[in-house]
Amino acid sequence: MGILSNLTHDQRRGMRLMLPPFVYAVVFLAIPLLAVVLFSFWTQDFMSVDTTFTLDNYREIAAKPVYGLLLQRSLMVSGIVTFVTVVLAFPVAYFVSFHVAPSRKSLWLFLITIPFWTSYLIRVFLWKVILGYNGVVNSGLIWAGVIEEPLTFILYNVNAVIITLAHAFAPFAILPIFVALEKIDRSLLEASQDLGESKTRTFFRVTLPLAMPGVVAAVLIVFIPTIGDYVTPELMGGAGGKLIANMIQTQFLALDNAPLGAALALVAMVSVTTISLVFVFLNRKWLKGRT
Amino acid sequence: MTLRIYAIAYLIFLYAPILLLPLFAFNDATIIAFPLSGFTTEWFAELSNNKSLPRAIGNSVVIAVTTAILSTLLGICAARAGAMPRFPFKRSITGFVMLPLVLPEIIVAVSLLIVIRQVLGIGLSNWTIISAHVLICTPFCIAILNGAFQNLDPSMEEAALDLGETRWSAFRLVTLPLVMPGIISSMLIAFTISLDEFIIAFFLTGSNATLPVYIWGLLRFPGSLPVVMALGTILVGLSILLLTFAEIMRRRGIRRAGRKDTGGFL
Repeated sequence: MGILSNLTHDQRRGMRLMLPPFVYAVVFLAIPLLAVVLFSFWTQDFMSVDTTFTLDNYREIAAKPVYGLLLQRSLMVSGIVTFVTVVLAFPVAYFVSFHVAPSRKSLWLFLITIPFWTSYLIRVFLWKVILGYNGVVNSGLIWAGVIEEPLTFILYNVNAVIITLAHAFAPFAILPIFVALEKIDRSLLEASQDLGESKTRTFFRVTLPLAMPGVVAAVLIVFIPTIGDYVTPELMGGAGGKLIANMIQTQFLALDNAPLGAALALVAMVSVTTISLVFVFLNRKWLKGRT
Repeated sequence: MTLRIYAIAYLIFLYAPILLLPLFAFNDATIIAFPLSGFTTEWFAELSNNKSLPRAIGNSVVIAVTTAILSTLLGICAARAGAMPRFPFKRSITGFVMLPLVLPEIIVAVSLLIVIRQVLGIGLSNWTIISAHVLICTPFCIAILNGAFQNLDPSMEEAALDLGETRWSAFRLVTLPLVMPGIISSMLIAFTISLDEFIIAFFLTGSNATLPVYIWGLLRFPGSLPVVMALGTILVGLSILLLTFAEIMRRRGIRRAGRKDTGGFL
């Protein structure tokens, strides 16, 4: 209580107000996450859960190649999706921030975010229609005379999963980059050009480094959640395009092996977090090296 | 100029699946593929005869409305606290509350499933879905409400206090009307997220399927796909209406707070 009594009246009010959302997150997020950790060290014993501490689940994950394969594939898919999404999104964010009149900026952002909020399941399903054997892409290309036989490498495999996920997470990548670009002091760009830098060099030496925090945020906000999507691989991936999230879902809902599912979820979570932290660290180092 | 063309092409890419929906919803064929055959409203008629659909919609609406109210209430607390002077651990607590924004949804689903089924041993119900939806919607509500609460001039509430109002009545009479558009916007967004959420709902749904869980079931039967397209068309139309209204409210809220619009929901 010693610290609390030193606070001003307003500070204590702020803390009191923050209490309900904080308690909610503790009860419905932190405690459940702890339960996942705990469960991953227990084992499923037919109908009940054996609560003796063991590393069996982790041993099984390490021993059976299927888990490693799925995890590797999931990380690769998330990585490619993140790269594609961020690279495709950057010019759009740049365009809205630098070339759209201020009064129309929120209209553009609104248009970009709408598809993100609407019927996720049906959107994923529709990619089947677009990429399918008689789909939009194939019938369009055949009609245009580009190909004679429908392309088959774009449905029921990893490619289809990547395209669909890249579409689903696009707005998530645009918004953080846009916010970072908006914060850039435009006079810095003028200064750079006044001092004789070309437009291209100004972009790479001034704009891009200053936009980096937004790019990093975009990378994290796409890379981490994509690992948890099981709908897209289920609908689009076919037999060879299943990911780790499908396995977690199967362990929980079909095989009733919650402890193994918990261990898999944790391994997936720790893997993405580690990669994200390394990425953030490398980025900081690279930015520091430049200034 | 090339940038503008690229941005427009990108928008078309974003909207491609949604634009296809009505095409197949009115298409007179049971297979969802090109070429289109003819115009029909049969699928919409079939939709209105469906017996289990109203139940799923009812469930989803109950969940979405409850989620919208609860997560907006939590969001108001957090956004109001966010506009107050710094207190110890303010940033880390806020970060923690915002965490579900970047957490994979399957992790939220799995962790709550373990607690509810294995630890507490209670059955799954609408409330289990609501508890998870409130968790993932609150960060979005906070982001929207921050726009309404920050830069709100504190001297206005102080004036009300000096004139003899209580803390609560000052909030109700002065601040609440100013942030009302933000609150409506936040509720609409939370409603839309909850109504559309599948990944968590699929794990936590009890005997009563939500609308997306019901749609997921339909997607497995090729014969029911045209009906799904019709349903999807209605849902997308409805979401766009809700979101447009939410955006109008959000902008009005920011204007009332006397702030420049930085755009976007996030």
